[in-house]
Amino acid sequence: MGTFQIDFGENRKSKIVGIDLGTTNSLVAVMELTGPEIIEDSEGRKIVPSIVSLSSEGQLVAGETARELLLTNPERTVYSVKRLMGRGVSDVEDEMKLFPFRIADDSESVIKLKLGDRTFTPPEISAAVLRQLKDNAEAGLGAPVTEAVITVPAYFNDAQRQATKDAGRLAGLQVLRLVNEPTAASLAYGLDKRQDGIIAVYDFGGGTFDISILRLHEGIFEVLATNGDTHLGGDDIDNLLLRIALEDVQSEWKQDLSRDSEGVQRLRRAVIQAKEELSFVPEAKIELDYRDMRYRRAIDRQLFDRLIAPVVERTLEPCRACLIDAKLTPEQIDEVVMVGGSTRIPLVRTAVERLFKAKPHTELNPDEVVALGAAVQAGILAGDVEDKLLLDVTPLSLGIETMGGVVSKLIHRNSTIPASATESFTTAVDGQRNVLIHVLQGERELVKDCRSLARFDFRDIQPMAAGFARIEVRFLIDANGILNVTARDARTGKEQSVEVKPSYGLTEEQVEAMIRESFDKAEEDMRERQVREARVEADNVLTATEKAQKNEAWATLEPEEQAAIEAAKRDLQSVYRGNDHAAINGRIEALNQATMRLAENMMNTAVRGALKGTKIE
Amino acid sequence: MSNPNNFYEFFGFERKLGVDREALQKRFYELSRKWHPDRFSRNSPEEQMQALEATAILNDGYRTLKDPVKRAEYLLTEEGFPIGEQRSRDVPPELLEEVFELNMALEELKSGDESARPQLTAAKENFVSLRMNIDAELERLFAKYDAAEPQSETAKQALHDIRGVLNRRRYIENLIRDVDRALNAASDATAPAQDLL
Repeated sequence: MGTFQIDFGENRKSKIVGIDLGTTNSLVAVMELTGPEIIEDSEGRKIVPSIVSLSSEGQLVAGETARELLLTNPERTVYSVKRLMGRGVSDVEDEMKLFPFRIADDSESVIKLKLGDRTFTPPEISAAVLRQLKDNAEAGLGAPVTEAVITVPAYFNDAQRQATKDAGRLAGLQVLRLVNEPTAASLAYGLDKRQDGIIAVYDFGGGTFDISILRLHEGIFEVLATNGDTHLGGDDIDNLLLRIALEDVQSEWKQDLSRDSEGVQRLRRAVIQAKEELSFVPEAKIELDYRDMRYRRAIDRQLFDRLIAPVVERTLEPCRACLIDAKLTPEQIDEVVMVGGSTRIPLVRTAVERLFKAKPHTELNPDEVVALGAAVQAGILAGDVEDKLLLDVTPLSLGIETMGGVVSKLIHRNSTIPASATESFTTAVDGQRNVLIHVLQGERELVKDCRSLARFDFRDIQPMAAGFARIEVRFLIDANGILNVTARDARTGKEQSVEVKPSYGLTEEQVEAMIRESFDKAEEDMRERQVREARVEADNVLTATEKAQKNEAWATLEPEEQAAIEAAKRDLQSVYRGNDHAAINGRIEALNQATMRLAENMMNTAVRGALKGTKIE
Repeated sequence: MSNPNNFYEFFGFERKLGVDREALQKRFYELSRKWHPDRFSRNSPEEQMQALEATAILNDGYRTLKDPVKRAEYLLTEEGFPIGEQRSRDVPPELLEEVFELNMALEELKSGDESARPQLTAAKENFVSLRMNIDAELERLFAKYDAAEPQSETAKQALHDIRGVLNRRRYIENLIRDVDRALNAASDATAPAQDLL
């Protein structure tokens, strides 16, 4: 039978989606002719909670499904995993006290999280969220989605960016660009309509804080400076309230709820609900009904403001530093844009207004604006948006370790990216074959105060007297803010081989192994599906055959024909329970062949019956 | 002699020490629109690499050329007048006495003697005005170099003088940084005590 193939034309390109991979929530958007649009899931929801759970069938599920499982199956569920991206075990000790992360003992440079009896790295967990977004986008657009722009906090370092890119690859997405969240938001706001001006983007999300100051000029968005804190967000306010509520519950109920993970999760939800209400009403209640116990606690905005004031104050310090780096005074800021769910808090708005002496923009939904901006950036990459261009900066200085544990800076923070620097290195010992370079990110002078990125081992240097070799190393930060290092032997001009050992991150080999594994898993899934489909088909054929045996046409068959059909039925039943879909399909085909004449005779009987009583002219 | 890595050539600007900032910015935006990797995301890997390399040079060049000091240092190196880091540690003779007193005051403040604070603040103001004088002198030397025949003795003499002035400037810049740090560190340390009052 012939099939129709709808021809979309040779050069119709698939859509590039824009993804906001948030600490708390994630969204996917796409550029339409009329502007950027959020893609909803099949039930009309825009937001996918960044929560991942290991289902009882052993599969990672994300979003709303996982959010429900967080209550009933907290040991197999994880949230706020963005806080762990590109970080080591020693970095997150503080967070461990507040987040129910269960870190596996065999974690090395990459954290491994325990979900049930299995372990996953943060990029693998994030990939599950991205896969959910990809599925939603494919269903919404009715076409495969393979390319994406993913947003990251502006203040993310190299390892955190690399981890995000790895997550994209693991989810089967080619990440065409990592774009900074505040800059994406500025694109969504369409502020370039005013042609020229200086804007500040204050982005206070679930787990991260960013401030970026940009100059707009005829569609060019030039970031002048950025600052932030990748561990400061609404989560911190939740934890603050949760800690107080836990103490409160303990004194009322005379029992320690903090050891009961389900209880903690329920109280956490109650606290978040109260926090969100307080953005709109002057008083809210923290309410918990759990295991026949009851807890009620009223909290008014005054108390709330007093509690969270230190958290809000922590966002202002990076703002002041950013102004200094941009060589601007608050009066020179023309407009302020508010991004992230935490900017709904009235105290946050007042603090920002006071600092920048300007009424902040809050017209767009602060939860959606980053994803919308990511879609605009996707449109720029696809060539659909031609008038806009984003020139972003690297948030942290890049340097190398020199004598005495001192960092020598090569690329300074707030340099427009792509940016590069070249350094020459030589050998210290006669016949030395390799040179090891330690690359760091950060503003401090000593190695111990900066963030180790990676060690580059330049190998197979031609042996010669000490100080004679000349290895020219090029450090290049690309448009994603990710470091690329190449080296050549300056004497021969030959490319120098280099082995990269990331300090906190997956090696290229590890990422590839994970992708292979997920392909194997996909193959396994596909085989299972084929077996299930073959069984459904076998059911249909067997039922039809049994029905036909009761038809009057059955009697018209020769005894050996009837025997052949019985044999073919038994053959099919014998492989039905097995896992070989090809065998099942083969026997279905054999049974179809055996029943061919039976089917013909049934058809003839039916036609004769239909013609009965019909006059033939 | 075309060298794509030469910032002046990349921008299509004459090799002068005086640069019109507005023209430079305009050219930077123009070239960004042409070369930014965003414009090549669906091109071949080779073309993408070329765009990345070109934009890196463009950005590095803009950063260098828009800052008069970085620009001068770059041109000096290009013209065979390398600027030595270590030279900035030699105290310019005319500052010997002041630097000696400054170091004394810095030590006093570090040991908790707040009476050194006004003296340091005054010293800082002095250095800032010295830096302004230096910048004016640089501007004069830039004009002298730009007016001279390239490679001429006058041009070389100007570059030689510029190098000397830049070294003095860097020295003063470091002094200002040290004083700033000392003043800030001291006020940070006293902050909690004020809170208790």
